[in-house]
Amino acid sequence: MRQNKLFVLLATFVAAAGGLGSTAVLADKASDEAAIARYREMIADGNPAELVAGQGEELWKTKRGPKNASLEQCDLGLGPGVVNGASARLPRYFKDTGRVQDLETRLMTCMETLQGIDPKAVIDAKWLKGERETMAALVAYIVTQSNGQKIAIDMKPPQMKKMYELGKMAFYYRSGPMDFACTTCHGEAGKRIRLQDLPDLRTQAGAAAGWGTWPAYRVSSGEFWTMQHRLNDCYRQQRTAEPIYGSDVTIALSVFLAATANGGPVLTPGLKR
Amino acid sequence: MATNPMKIRAANKDGVTEVKVLISHEMETGQRKDASGATIPAWFITDLTAKHNDKVVLTSEFGTSISKNPFLAFRFKGGAKGDKVSVSWKDNKGETRSDEAAIA
Repeated sequence: MRQNKLFVLLATFVAAAGGLGSTAVLADKASDEAAIARYREMIADGNPAELVAGQGEELWKTKRGPKNASLEQCDLGLGPGVVNGASARLPRYFKDTGRVQDLETRLMTCMETLQGIDPKAVIDAKWLKGERETMAALVAYIVTQSNGQKIAIDMKPPQMKKMYELGKMAFYYRSGPMDFACTTCHGEAGKRIRLQDLPDLRTQAGAAAGWGTWPAYRVSSGEFWTMQHRLNDCYRQQRTAEPIYGSDVTIALSVFLAATANGGPVLTPGLKR
Repeated sequence: MATNPMKIRAANKDGVTEVKVLISHEMETGQRKDASGATIPAWFITDLTAKHNDKVVLTSEFGTSISKNPFLAFRFKGGAKGDKVSVSWKDNKGETRSDEAAIA
């Protein structure tokens, strides 16, 4: 009996102390979040991705490559030349190539078939150099045309389901000297690195916050990053082998994220710190 | 890159015009080095002027502390729907660019 009482007292004390502690932490967190929200509001009005998108629109209509053709007849899944809403529905399974493709690999297909540009020119280029710079501008233009729509991934084709499962595996797969997986940073709610929230990508809301706001312009580096660039940099930060541009694992991860985010808002191009 | 147009938006509300300008410029400080260790030469906007019709409403000196692709927002009294707002800048290489928009 006596022992029980002591235990109850102790528990009350612990609860009170715990309560105080968490209140203080909460207050700090709230003011941090308010400051971050204010910073975001300040930069939100002038997204320089608009400048990149302008270049992309030009490039879309410019005759280039050995075949001297524009990309205006490119089929991004909604029919030749339809750009509006196309990226909200990517990745998707394409019958003509027999593959699941994301926006960038689909654009590579169009560049190859319409313009005669070898996909290697994109795959072998450095980020934001040569054909990859062209790619980034095209992506900026196309994703702007889906801004405000809803993520609508068609998961009916069995190829999509297969990619989803592969992507899920890649998402939880730990590798590299730090033994990190995507979940190390993106498998818990309420985390952030500096000013950027780390969405919990396992949940619909988290995946929508992530997938729905990329590709994005990064204010800190003054660069527009595509989704391939984003995913590649996750691997770099994981300190493991960086995937080949447009390789299956990048598409699989994209399918996993986009499918998890299904129904969420598309707010592309995003604006990041 | 300097040839890309500025994106200018201007809106009048209750006699005050708010202008938002997104400028395409490298804004290189001259402090950075490239992959081979060579200094990247400074290249940045030095002066910027904004006009409402032909009247100057803003002059400013820009420098290296301003980011790449800068965003500028300011307000001035007056201005009516359809009036012209023009913005022009000059950089340290002597290049200039001028763009305009109508007040909405």
